[in-house]
Amino acid sequence: MKMQNDEIIRKINQLLIDEIEIEQDQISPSAELKKDLGIDSLDFVDLFVIIENNFGFKLKAEEMANVKTLQDFYNYIGNKVNSN
Amino acid sequence: MNHRVVITGMGIYSVIGKNLDEVRDSLYKGKSGIILDSHRKEIGFRSGLTGMVERPLLKGILDRRLRVGLPVQGEYAYISTLEALKTSNIDDDFLHSREVGILFGNDSSALPVVESTDILRNKKDTMMIGSGYIFQSMNSTVSMNLSVIFKLRGVNFTVSGACASGSHAIGIGYLLIRQGLQEVIICGGAQEINPEATASFDALNAFSIRESEPEKASRPFDRDRDGLVPSGGAATLILESYESAIKRGATIYGEIVSYGFSSNGEHISLPNVDGPVRAMQMALKEGDIRSNEIDYISAHATSTVAGDSNEAQAIDMLFHDSRPLVSSTKSMTGHEMWMGGASEVIYSILMMRNSFVAPNINFENPDEFSKKLNIPSTTQSVGFSTFLSNSFGFGGTNSSLIIRKFTS
Repeated sequence: MKMQNDEIIRKINQLLIDEIEIEQDQISPSAELKKDLGIDSLDFVDLFVIIENNFGFKLKAEEMANVKTLQDFYNYIGNKVNSN
Repeated sequence: MNHRVVITGMGIYSVIGKNLDEVRDSLYKGKSGIILDSHRKEIGFRSGLTGMVERPLLKGILDRRLRVGLPVQGEYAYISTLEALKTSNIDDDFLHSREVGILFGNDSSALPVVESTDILRNKKDTMMIGSGYIFQSMNSTVSMNLSVIFKLRGVNFTVSGACASGSHAIGIGYLLIRQGLQEVIICGGAQEINPEATASFDALNAFSIRESEPEKASRPFDRDRDGLVPSGGAATLILESYESAIKRGATIYGEIVSYGFSSNGEHISLPNVDGPVRAMQMALKEGDIRSNEIDYISAHATSTVAGDSNEAQAIDMLFHDSRPLVSSTKSMTGHEMWMGGASEVIYSILMMRNSFVAPNINFENPDEFSKKLNIPSTTQSVGFSTFLSNSFGFGGTNSSLIIRKFTS
């Protein structure tokens, strides 16, 4: 069953808040993961675990290289979820 | 030039209290921190007895990145270090502008090793382990994490010397300051409390099985002891050069006079008399202290027949004439292992500053060796000014610290 985009966005936002402890007011589609949200290389290691546990697929480092903003991340996760 | 080394801060997170005031009261009352953990029995432990203290809640206090690499003994050590820095009146500016070091005693971090290996075995993918376990798993986890949390810029490593780790950490810190290589070092010891850390120790039949009376299970020097009780927590002391302490007007809780050490050179787990004797003799000689100047001995005595009786003989050999008060706070705390050498210095300083010697609880009947020592089973209201603290460990490692009331 396909997930709606807004459902994916809501779920990602909640995981970022609960698991990575990003502040709610930092969340915006244009926010850059590294620069604005402060997600560093170690946090990406944890995102790998979080995404697999919650969306059922493995992030690929080479694909994540093109993900700069939160909107990019929503799109990447959405495409992965709905292409399976 | 040798520098005098003083203690200017202390913090404790223990099974008999989560701060200095609580611990002082427990020591005075002879309160036990031992419980029966039914979970240990369910998973196959011979003894379910353990010291127990709740895990600190650090969410909202420490950032996630600083928490995820911190194992439980690191959490205890963070709390004890906060208290130590507060009592030493050292603030962030001091930490960031000076070369403050850290030397902690820690000799395992079992739970994160087990948990991360479980994940690998279940998921068959190392990427599912996440970022925190590597920093939680290493023996240097406490010094590694605290040096980042407190932004320390001085010496930074962990001392692993079995159940004498915390004492050796203080000893090494003392030597570095005495030689003028550091001015301030955060020293201590930390010990995780969980079944994963002690399962293989339980396998040695070394733990008390007096499960019907947990508070009576740890009974160092008592004729009817049947083994030790594992325990844990964390203890932190701020070691500082006399010059630095005076310059900033710090409260001085005690002065480290000397550090003696030795190795038994014999069995991996069976203690002897000679090794502890040589460590205590070295401490006396290095500190230029006569045996009759020692008012109180904080014994390592863990409540095992072999350990207690060998230490009792060693103490009797050196202190037969003066017969100072001797007690083991492990009767209340259980065996705090990597932490014990540091926490027991704090326990003794709390007694020294409050003019009492805590009871060696559960000491009801001496054996042929402990009857030669002056072991109080009740609280002694007595002032004292110099104590010796023993810590011994597997492999025959021995550490003896002599500490006295500060006088300028």
